[in-house]
Amino acid sequence: MDFFEAMIHHNPLLLNGLIAGLLASICCGIIGPYVITRRIVMASGAISHMAIGGVGVGLFMAYMWVDPAFRQGLEQFTGGLLAAPEGDIAAGSPTREQLDQAALLGAMGAAVIGALLIGLVHQRIHERMDTLLGAMWAVGMSIGLVMLKLTPAYQTEVTAYLFGNISFVPRSELWILAALAGCVLLTVLVFHKRFVAICLDQQQAELQGINTLWTNLVLLVLVAFTVLTVMRVVGLVLVLALLALPAATAGHHATRLVHMMWISVLLCVLLTTVPRILVYGTPISPEPATVLAAGGVYLGSVILRRAVLALR
Amino acid sequence: MNTPQNNGDTACVVEVSDVTFGYPPLGIEQPVLEEVSLTIEPRDFLGIIGPNGGGKTTLLKLMLGLLRPQKGAIRIMGRPPSRVRHRIGYVPQHASVDASVPADVLDIVLTGRLAGSSWGAWFGRADVEAAMAALKRVHIAELARRPLRTLSGGQRQRVLIARALVCQPQLLLLDEPTANVDAHVEAGLTDLLHELNHSLAIVMVSHDVSFVSTHLKRVACLNRRISVQRASDISPDIIARMYGGDVRHIHHGGACPLTDPGCEQDCEPAETAAADAAVTGTGRKGPPPPPPGSER
Repeated sequence: MDFFEAMIHHNPLLLNGLIAGLLASICCGIIGPYVITRRIVMASGAISHMAIGGVGVGLFMAYMWVDPAFRQGLEQFTGGLLAAPEGDIAAGSPTREQLDQAALLGAMGAAVIGALLIGLVHQRIHERMDTLLGAMWAVGMSIGLVMLKLTPAYQTEVTAYLFGNISFVPRSELWILAALAGCVLLTVLVFHKRFVAICLDQQQAELQGINTLWTNLVLLVLVAFTVLTVMRVVGLVLVLALLALPAATAGHHATRLVHMMWISVLLCVLLTTVPRILVYGTPISPEPATVLAAGGVYLGSVILRRAVLALR
Repeated sequence: MNTPQNNGDTACVVEVSDVTFGYPPLGIEQPVLEEVSLTIEPRDFLGIIGPNGGGKTTLLKLMLGLLRPQKGAIRIMGRPPSRVRHRIGYVPQHASVDASVPADVLDIVLTGRLAGSSWGAWFGRADVEAAMAALKRVHIAELARRPLRTLSGGQRQRVLIARALVCQPQLLLLDEPTANVDAHVEAGLTDLLHELNHSLAIVMVSHDVSFVSTHLKRVACLNRRISVQRASDISPDIIARMYGGDVRHIHHGGACPLTDPGCEQDCEPAETAAADAAVTGTGRKGPPPPPPGSER
């Protein structure tokens, strides 16, 4: 009960973390089953690693914009190739809040671009898809690392985006996360039938006059939004833990996509809260605890299913 | 509306005229289909047989408007296929649908109802009723809430047929419905198709020659070019020579050209034909050339 005592009396950020976890859970629980059924787990991983590139670009731009010393340093470094613009907008280092917003904005841009790219290419070439996803995965992350190395934020800020930072979610960011979750929820309410159709049998959907290209793109953009909501909870590197594992676990026990969604939302809510409360006050960070719990639950479910099948 | 309604101006359900088609990049330099013409009347029951690579599935895809012919034209119920494609019942090979999908039978059948349905997360009552009616037509209404993965191959086949029927089509296209199902299931399926044929035209692609004899009204022999004839004109002898005869020769290590009098000018005696016949022969239980009608 240390956690709740601390939350109520000293640290309201703990509550922000819980709310962020809840919003991420709703998105992951709903989108995860589509991702599993449509077999776009790797595409989702590629999108999340593209988002790392976006974080790097976002932070870089934030320093470019706000910090004159950084700009001058960069100008010297590149031999005047990147000239500092005349007249400073603001002086001094960007604030933490500015950096957070820049990172989120960059991640959003990169994730959405990545999603659209994957959707368009997927329609054109089918067999080399995994190679392309692997390339995007690695290149996205590398761009992020290069850009982050160039910014003074490298040491302090990076882990917050790569591996999550659920203990410091500012109020302003909660609103953004809520907006993203709202978008996901509303779009699913409109598109669910069509998503189910392309997940079950794409050719049949096409014969029914569904524009599979657009439907796919919409689904992938929703995956991108979901990735952003998970960024704080387990980090961009480990997004798949929350996006794919609970849904896959639900898939062991549910026979319909809708049931899969209910179960995986519930699992995600448990996974983002219980481990975090349990490790509070210990040296274990809450984010890897969440990931390990998700992995453990999935593994347990696999073993349970094997056992049940063997006993029959 | 289970009975076909001719719109007066369209006597034919399908009209394929002089279609030539080749896949890119070569296109008609290397045609898969050449000058194929075919008309299908209401309540026709046409079987398309021919070797692998002979263009059977390509012809189905053209009729569905998934491919466009480089030459010639296709009209379905008097209109271009892509316009009326949601009014054609299409049954793919049942292996083409992943049985591990998290969906029950009703979910699958309802995806055949998508064309006319509104935006929104759920299907309306009318859609569900139509899906249940389609399931009744294929006699598996009691399986509506069963997950797909618990069904047998024959039952899955019926689910796909129900999905095709739910849009109340006047034309049903089936791609190898009897592939990989055992004789018992096949017999049930045959009866079902026979029953459905009372109210709609059926076109089915098949390897299965035993089917040709008893239930089909006409047979199209397709190997790049097409030759259509009445099923009754195809004698056991022809079938035996087209498939069974070959199989026997292959088993003895020899090659035999096709000498089917109905098909010889059109169907090339290609290696593919022999290989195909070999597959058919080895896949069947018992002696290869079954006299038509003897199985049931």
